[in-house]
Amino acid sequence: MNPVIGGIPVQYLLGLAGILFSIGVLGVLIRRNIVIIFMSVELILNSVNLVFVTFSKALSHINGETIVFFVMAIAAAEAAVGLALVIAIFRHKKSTNVDELQSMRW
Amino acid sequence: MLDLFPIVVLLPLLGFLHNGLLKDKIPHRFAGAIGTLAVFIPFLITLGAFNEFNPIERTAPHLVPVFDWIVIGNFKSSFGYQIDQLSLYMTLIITGIGSLIHLYSMGYMKGNKGYNRFFAYLNLFIFCMLNLVLSDNLVLTFLGWEGVGLASYLLIGFDFDKASAAEAGMKAFILNRIGDVGFILGTGFLFWLGGSLQYLTLQTNLNGLGIFSEYANLIALFFFIAAMGKSAQIPLYVWLPDAMAGPTPVSALIHAATMVTAGVFLIVRLNFVFYLAPDTSFFIACIGASTALFAATIGLLQNDIKKILAYSTVSQLGFMFLAMGSMSYVAGLFHLMTHAFFKALLFLGAGSVIHALHHEQNIKHMGKLFGKIKVTSITFLLGTLAIAGFFPFSGFFSKDLILEKTYSYGAFGSVLWTVGVVAAFFTSFYMFRLVFVVFFGKDNTDSHHKIHESPWTMTFPLVILAIGAVFVGFLQTPHFFLHIDSLEQYFAPVLRSGLELATENGTLVKHMELTHDVEFTLAMFSLGVASVGLIIAYWVYQKKQSQVLEEHTGFRKILFHKYYIDELYDLFFVKPYVFVSKLIAYTIDTKILDRFFIGIGGSFGVIANGLRRLQSGFIGDYALYVVLGTFCILVYLLTRGV
Repeated sequence: MNPVIGGIPVQYLLGLAGILFSIGVLGVLIRRNIVIIFMSVELILNSVNLVFVTFSKALSHINGETIVFFVMAIAAAEAAVGLALVIAIFRHKKSTNVDELQSMRW
Repeated sequence: MLDLFPIVVLLPLLGFLHNGLLKDKIPHRFAGAIGTLAVFIPFLITLGAFNEFNPIERTAPHLVPVFDWIVIGNFKSSFGYQIDQLSLYMTLIITGIGSLIHLYSMGYMKGNKGYNRFFAYLNLFIFCMLNLVLSDNLVLTFLGWEGVGLASYLLIGFDFDKASAAEAGMKAFILNRIGDVGFILGTGFLFWLGGSLQYLTLQTNLNGLGIFSEYANLIALFFFIAAMGKSAQIPLYVWLPDAMAGPTPVSALIHAATMVTAGVFLIVRLNFVFYLAPDTSFFIACIGASTALFAATIGLLQNDIKKILAYSTVSQLGFMFLAMGSMSYVAGLFHLMTHAFFKALLFLGAGSVIHALHHEQNIKHMGKLFGKIKVTSITFLLGTLAIAGFFPFSGFFSKDLILEKTYSYGAFGSVLWTVGVVAAFFTSFYMFRLVFVVFFGKDNTDSHHKIHESPWTMTFPLVILAIGAVFVGFLQTPHFFLHIDSLEQYFAPVLRSGLELATENGTLVKHMELTHDVEFTLAMFSLGVASVGLIIAYWVYQKKQSQVLEEHTGFRKILFHKYYIDELYDLFFVKPYVFVSKLIAYTIDTKILDRFFIGIGGSFGVIANGLRRLQSGFIGDYALYVVLGTFCILVYLLTRGV
């Protein structure tokens, strides 16, 4: 295994991915604006992508990069559907605050 | 006509369905006519078939397979009918007397709001009874057996809004179920040994099967237990007197002509088992004799006209089983037929009296009816003479044949004979007590009512039955009088294989040949006994108008209360049963089991109530759960070491 990629140690890249992931999770947990939550989710996905790419490069194996393409495709689809839903909800509720979207609880 | 035979079974079923399904849509008169024809046409067909079958010369039964019902491996059960001397005999009695009773019911039930329902039940009853006697295998017989149980439950509890009638129905049903356990066990054993349930196949399979004779006594005992229930023998007889809660034609149909004789029929049908079971047969004879005597003594002091007849039925059935036990099946079948005639006559006559007196059943409120209702009184008198065994009425010949066969049976024959004769004496006494109190004696009727004879639909069957009760005895007479043995010849083919089997196995009970002198003496003796009964009844109830037997003190009190048997049953079976039931229901069930299971349900409710709070509807909360869950899984995987 090659611990350095383009002069950057693998640990740094993984650390960055970890920081990005945590920011994403925190964003999902504490933000109330649904659009921001979506962006945080993208952040989570991208941090994972970064991990995949890193390991792919480090192990000289193509599998990780392949999965990244899948993740990107699914993220695109998710964004398209998700944003459509957000627009529909906004038209209905006149709000993007998730705390106001709780009419389906018990 | 033989090919038409399934119609005999089908018509009562159609009658039942027609009257049952359309019961509110058709007028009473029409329903009654349909119901009666549904039994009368089969009677005509049976008569035709009887001629075609030519029972005296033909020996092999005629089999009519209808369709296969259950086929599993080598177990096969089908709807198939076996037409032979025995089933034709029974079918003629059932449909013949049955149609007279249907006709009678058209008059008796007039104005009853359950008229159509009643005829539907009657047809159902006949349908089941015909299946019972005509079936060629044990399973279909059992279906019919249970079917008559059901129909009798419905008929006895016909006035279900009266508590006593509903209870009597249940009592009959439950006591019969107790007996039926025996039927099922016996059937199982026979299938195990014989590998079939068809009577004919069984007969051939069991032939030469050495192991069978070891089990014969046991199997016979099982089937006798079944017969005990249906034919009201000690100790399962208590349902029959209570069954008088049903309308009178029901009593006549069920308790005289058909259902109660099913046990006798079963024994004859399975004669190839019973011939091999001398020990069980002796037991049957003892039970029969004690039932005959026991029921006759209870009959002495009863005051309900139908109850007296009911106990007399139990007693007469005892005679039939005495014959069965002493292995003179012909004598039993003979008495079955003569009894069907005179007991149906007596019941219908009693119904006519009850009808004339506006539903008065207590004989203390009757009297001097002779002449006021002419046809009823004369036919009733003829029936009484027949049941008491007076020469030359039918009861004399059949009862005498039984007593004679009993006398010549084995070591204890004379003891059983004595019991039988004493029972016959009591029979004569209580029947004439009934006649003198009701038709002669002092007039105790309620003078407000005008006493009127019944309509022709009721008197016509009485006349026909009376003719039967007087003359059917001539089918089989003793040596000293005409010496006719047509019944013995008639039933020979049915009994032949059983006889051969018993001869092979050496279990055949040989009846001592009675000399003509002994036979004559025996007959004269029982005739004398019957006359003494008549004279005492005349002396006490007509001449002296004595009340001495009616004071219920000492033993008479015990008799009046039927030996307190019902109370004993209540004490030893019903009360403990109810106690245990209540213990289970109110202690074990509600206090332990219910609480346990309700507790399980309740605890899930509590858990769910708690978990419900997790579903807040806030996306953030759900996201948090996802994160926490992931975190937990990660921690687990890391600590365990991937």
